[in-house]
Amino acid sequence: MHIEQTDFYTQAILSMAALVGLTSFLMLGQSRLLRLIFVFALQGFLLTITTVLAGYSLDSHHLYISAALTLLLKVIFIPWMLRREVMHMNAQRSIQALKNKTMVMLGGASLMVFSYYILHPIVPTTSPVMLNALAVSLSVVLLGMLLMISHRQAVAHVVGFMSIENGLFFAAIVATKGMPMVVELGVAFDVLVAAVLFGIFFLHIRTSIDSLDVDLLNRLNEVDK
Amino acid sequence: MIAAYLVLFIPFVGIIFFAIVGHKTDMGKINVWLNGICLLASIWLAINVLNQGTILSPNKAFLIDPFNVYLIALTAFVGLTTSIFSSSYMAHEKELGKLTDNRLKLYYSMYQGFMLAMYMVLTTNNMGIMWVAMEGATLATVLLVSLYRTPESIEAAWKYFILCGVGIAQALFGTILLYYAAVQIGDGENALLWSVLYENATQLNPEILQIAFVFLLVGYGTKIGLVPLHNWLPDAHSEGPTPMSAVLSGLLLNDALYAVVRNKMLVDGATHNNMAGYLMMGFGLLSFLVGALFLHRQKDIKRLFSYSSIEHMGMMTFAFGVGGPMATFAALLHMTVHSLTKSAIFVTVGHAAQITGTQSMDKIRGLIKTQPRVGWGLLIGTLAIAGFPPFGVFTSEFLVLLATMHSYPWLAPFLLLGIGIAFAGLFRHVQPMVYGDKPEDQNPVKANLWPVIIHLGLVLWLGLAIPEFLANWFSQATLLISGSTPL
Repeated sequence: MHIEQTDFYTQAILSMAALVGLTSFLMLGQSRLLRLIFVFALQGFLLTITTVLAGYSLDSHHLYISAALTLLLKVIFIPWMLRREVMHMNAQRSIQALKNKTMVMLGGASLMVFSYYILHPIVPTTSPVMLNALAVSLSVVLLGMLLMISHRQAVAHVVGFMSIENGLFFAAIVATKGMPMVVELGVAFDVLVAAVLFGIFFLHIRTSIDSLDVDLLNRLNEVDK
Repeated sequence: MIAAYLVLFIPFVGIIFFAIVGHKTDMGKINVWLNGICLLASIWLAINVLNQGTILSPNKAFLIDPFNVYLIALTAFVGLTTSIFSSSYMAHEKELGKLTDNRLKLYYSMYQGFMLAMYMVLTTNNMGIMWVAMEGATLATVLLVSLYRTPESIEAAWKYFILCGVGIAQALFGTILLYYAAVQIGDGENALLWSVLYENATQLNPEILQIAFVFLLVGYGTKIGLVPLHNWLPDAHSEGPTPMSAVLSGLLLNDALYAVVRNKMLVDGATHNNMAGYLMMGFGLLSFLVGALFLHRQKDIKRLFSYSSIEHMGMMTFAFGVGGPMATFAALLHMTVHSLTKSAIFVTVGHAAQITGTQSMDKIRGLIKTQPRVGWGLLIGTLAIAGFPPFGVFTSEFLVLLATMHSYPWLAPFLLLGIGIAFAGLFRHVQPMVYGDKPEDQNPVKANLWPVIIHLGLVLWLGLAIPEFLANWFSQATLLISGSTPL
């Protein structure tokens, strides 16, 4: 099936999937914290648009509530909190060198291929559009994990963590028209509490190691020193 | 049904109550009372289920069947005894000046929050809500792990938060895939309800369910502490306050395993091959062996017993993976006796650490001479957890071995080897701690050892003879999980 034969909604969803995937790669290659947070907010915004689009096309009005929640949490509250933290740490100009940017990007690309490979068995039972949507959301999840592994700053870890949530939300909206409302509200509540806890932890980590570089958190391990 | 609502409502009230006045003296006792009422309510609930069979609440939000009702009762019981322990323990920590009023408020409030999340995981009929509650349990305990605000505890809490948060995100992806499979055959809003899913299990798309199960196992497996996702567990156990280690080991790990087993039941119904079982056997056996080996190189007493938890959770996961009535029965029994024994051990470990003022095993010596009851408690607890007859752990491990020899004989030597290594690892460390002469600067602490006595008594009883109502209970749960009864 060619893309121009599908209806407007499907085409729009596919484009959104491509853009969301792209923002994940942008985050992965980003070494400045403020720009990283900006791209994260952008991803949240794309997610909001997707949700509104799905809510409108599929006529499921509870998605508008999810869209509003996403906008408030992922586009406004969490980026604002992270930005304030970076400003406070005076880390906005610090460029943290990724140890091996090329390898990280190549790793990201392989993860995306890998997601398509894992989800390929669902093709006989569903449409190729679903495959794209699910595979992109899985790769957003995996790229979020790679972001957390490759970056050293606690702020980057939080961005990775939240971007994993973005990937999950994208899957939930596109593949299943959103989860049941009670679950969505529960998940949003968890994300909110997690964001607040992250804020508290920044404070503790800062007072304890005087930096937000989590490489310095290395007291507990099984290796004899 | 009222009993189930009561079990959920009491901890909810508790959170708010302690958040306001949790710092006052005697709050530890009120915590005990709240947990006591919960235990009564859960026993009432259990009696209802035994008489009427599975209960589904009118709005389909809660499902209580023989499998989860015994875990609810166990959760309430361990919650109660640990709160008895934490009452005197926390008072002593406050005397030492390790805690401020605000942190005490936080502690009691989050203790109830954790209990609420646990009850929610067990009672809910909606697998999405189950995920939310499981994440809620992480959030409630993260702040408790960092309660002392030392650099180590903050590091442990951060690790716990990140690893479990990312891990459990995988479980949400699995849940979404499962929901995707379920909406293809049925109605949207109800498609995530266990009661609906079980009825339609055979129609679900097996391909999607297999993929979903991998994500669910990895996700909830992080919480069970399966190797190689176990890194957070020893850190969180060793740096958090000891009552928290007791409930994490005794309750949280069990509930995460419960989530995996529920999903396995569903996937088995759809796929008709043992894919889920093989995965669980592999992860379980690996965790079991790695946990046993790591026991040998520990220096911190709480880390020692947290590796022992990894080892035992590995064995349970393995046993559920083997499947079949006998292995399932053994795994259910093992869940119970491990919870009881491990929380009893953490109580004695907490007191031992308070007596000596350190968690380093090199410095804890001669407990039997300093405070005989703590020393004996630790020694007998270790005997029980190492699987000595006549304790209940022996019975369940023996049954797991029997079932393994019957279904997968070539795996039985690995189990025996692991049990042997674990036994050596535990005794090598515990023996010098309990025997020997009393060092100079060690003073007895005010300890309430009733929880230990009751727990170990129960484990002994379960080893000598399983009471008929409990056997009946386990059989019904086994019937539910594996499709036939063991007896």
